Formats: sequence, C-alpha cells, structure tokens
Amino acid sequence: MKTIQVSTTINGDPVEFICTPDETLLDVLRNRLSLTGAKEGCGTGDCGACSVTVNGRLVCSCLVLGAEAQDAEISTIEGMADGDTLHPLQRAFIEHAALQCGICTPGILVAAKALLEKNPDPTEEELRYWLAGNLCRCTGYDKIIRAVQVAAAEMRGA
Amino acid sequence: MQYVAAKTADEAVALLAGHSGMARVLAGGTDLLVQLKSGMVEPDLVVDIKRIPGMRDITPEAGGFRVGAAVSGAELGEHAGVCAMWPGVVEGFNLIGSTQVQGRATMAGNLCNASPAGDAVPSLVAAGATVRVQGPNGTRDVPILEIPAGPGRTTLAKGEIVTSIFLPGRPDRASDAYLRFIPRTEMDIAVASAGVSLVLGSDGTVESARVALGAVAPTILLAEEAAKVITGTRLDDETLARMATACEAICKPIDDKRGTVEFRTRTAGVLAKRAARIAYDRAGAKA
Repeated sequence: MKTIQVSTTINGDPVEFICTPDETLLDVLRNRLSLTGAKEGCGTGDCGACSVTVNGRLVCSCLVLGAEAQDAEISTIEGMADGDTLHPLQRAFIEHAALQCGICTPGILVAAKALLEKNPDPTEEELRYWLAGNLCRCTGYDKIIRAVQVAAAEMRGA
Repeated sequence: MQYVAAKTADEAVALLAGHSGMARVLAGGTDLLVQLKSGMVEPDLVVDIKRIPGMRDITPEAGGFRVGAAVSGAELGEHAGVCAMWPGVVEGFNLIGSTQVQGRATMAGNLCNASPAGDAVPSLVAAGATVRVQGPNGTRDVPILEIPAGPGRTTLAKGEIVTSIFLPGRPDRASDAYLRFIPRTEMDIAVASAGVSLVLGSDGTVESARVALGAVAPTILLAEEAAKVITGTRLDDETLARMATACEAICKPIDDKRGTVEFRTRTAGVLAKRAARIAYDRAGAKA
C-alpha cells in the first residue's frame, strides 16, 4: 500500500509522519510517534479511551485517518501537563481517586478539558452527558464526576 | 486502499465516476471507519470531501440555511440561527453518538449511510429539506425522502456526491421536534422515532404539518395521513389519538431483540404525538 506523508501539529509542535492510507490517527500516535497516552479500547468510537482534539474538536482518534491530520492542530494527553506541573484536572483525579486501572483516564481527562474550555461551570447533568462517550469499568463514574467538578471550581477561581 | 483529499467537488466526482472498483466518500468517518475496520466494506478508493471549499459552511440562503455536507454535529449545534429555526433538526442530529462522535459526524453522512434508524433523517424529512447532489451529469436538488433506497442503500448514481443539505426558510409561527425511543439514556440506536414540523396559523391552529417516522420501515416514512389529521386543529387529545393511529397504520418494522413489531409500531405513534406537542409549544412560544 502506498504510504502518505503528513505534516501536522501535535501539542503545539510541528510533526511529520508517514502512514498508510487506512491507518488511523490512533495507530499513528501510538505506533509511529510513541504517544501512547491515547488508548485503544474498542476501536469503533464507543469507549472514548482514544480521545484527542483535532482543530479544537473532541474526537475519537480511532475514527480519524492519519492522513486526515494534514495541516491540523492535534492535542493529546501528552500535552496536558506543563512540564512537571500537572493540569488541575490531573491533580484532582489523583487527589480524589478518580481512577483505578487508568486505561480510560487519558481519554476522560482530554474530554473533560475540552468541556471546561467550552463551559467552565457545567451542571452535573451536562458533565455526565458530555462524558457519556467515555466508558470506565472501574470507578462507577462518581469519583470522576466529583474530580472534574473540583478541578472546574479551582480553574474558575484561578 | 488509496486516500485522496479532493480539493474541489468536480475533482471528487471525477475520481468517483472514473473509478472501477469500490469507492467510498469520507466526510465525518464515524460510520465509514467502523465499516472499514470490521471488513464490512473494503474500498480501494476513499475520497475525503472535507477540504472542498464550502463543505464545512452553514450559509443563510432564501430565508433558510444551506448546510455543507461536512458540517459536524458540534458545529450545527453551535449555530444559533439553525437552532432557532429548526430545533428539531438539530436535536435529532445531536442525538447521534457521543460528544466525540458529534465532533465528526455529519447529517449528509447519516443520510447516505441509509440506516432506517438514522436520527438525523426524520427531522430533515419533516422539514422538507432538499439535498444538493453533484455528479458527472451536473448538479440536482433532490427531496431528502428520495435519497434512501433501503437499509444501507441510496438512490445516488455512480460518481454522485451530496454537497449540501438545504433547510428552507419558514414563518415565525413554526417549529419542529424529534423524539426517539432507546432502552438507555444516551448513545444508542433508535428503536422507533418521530420528527414533526408544524406551521401555526394566526388563530393558533396547525396550518400545515409534516410528520416523519424512523426505524419502523426499510426507509424513513413520511406520514401524510397523520399530518392531515392534525392540520386545522390545536392538537387536542382526540386529534392526537387519531394521529397516533394514522402513524401506526403505515409502520412496517422489523421484529428483533431491540423491539417487537407491536412495540415499535405503538411507540412510533406515541412519539409522533409527543413530538407534535413539543413542536406546537415551541411554535406558539415564538409567535
């Protein structure tokens, strides 16, 4: 299969990669660029573990072709902390035990950050609907919701 | 498989028309990539239409809106003008999938995927929306209802692509609504659904109506008798009961683990009644 050369921006840095036409953005991130924060859960856009933003929109990277990343601005979980300083969401997840096995966590953090950028003070219902596409089989969700609310309050105060 | 990001609609049409094997159009990809991965389709050409100028635009036109074929659910949901004029169209489309899916999914893709349960389509049928189709023989405007041919099949000819969907303008005393039944609260496929669009007269009665039913036949149904029943009324209980009966009369659903024939039929009528009531209240509130 003929490969495609793609120029894109990931977490603010210009990146070039080569991929096959049927390769997903998720596979490119993980296998070619060693950005293994996004996880493959279902591979069919149901679980949200591969969540990233493309041009500011929250998407499942398993449902995006690598080739579509040409000239796009992509943000992944790897760009969330500022060096060694964790993002308020990341800190809240640790402090409020919002994760157990951790597979869903990068996707949920990326999704929650996208929500708070759009709506800094979501209701619990808005928050739960926004995260409905991020499945977690460990926590039962309540601790995740509380952690996002704590981070949101902190970010509004900051 | 070859991937091409077409720069113009003419280029996309020429590629698709001139291709001898299996080809697929890529808009949001939320159906196509799942089908690729499962091996359900194995195209040797995929034409991405998102880079074609105009495909991602929502443009006011003739009092209504032209929605490009690559406009995502998230983009449509943020458009105040469309949300005010066609709330039922927006709520139907925005019910599809998760936030992540809404970041990519398109109405044109939902239409062309041709599932009888597609949540974007009943409201578009009720709205009397038209589809602009470009192909090797030029451009034509087609009523939404004429695009689906059956589950997974459309009436589009080889080389034809949908470039936009047109939502017509309408008077102030008008609105629409969409409801579906699913066994959970989010991220599921409709077991039955209904979209209703109403225009009210100055006396508060229904001046004209369009009713569409989803997931109860091989394609979305236009329930003409049900629309006739509610026209000229204020949607009193007796009228709504007759409307539901008219809806039930045209349902030809499948029987599967998600819903029996009886359940889907009954539910479609109930949802049509409730959607009509919501559309009526919305239209009244605007007047």
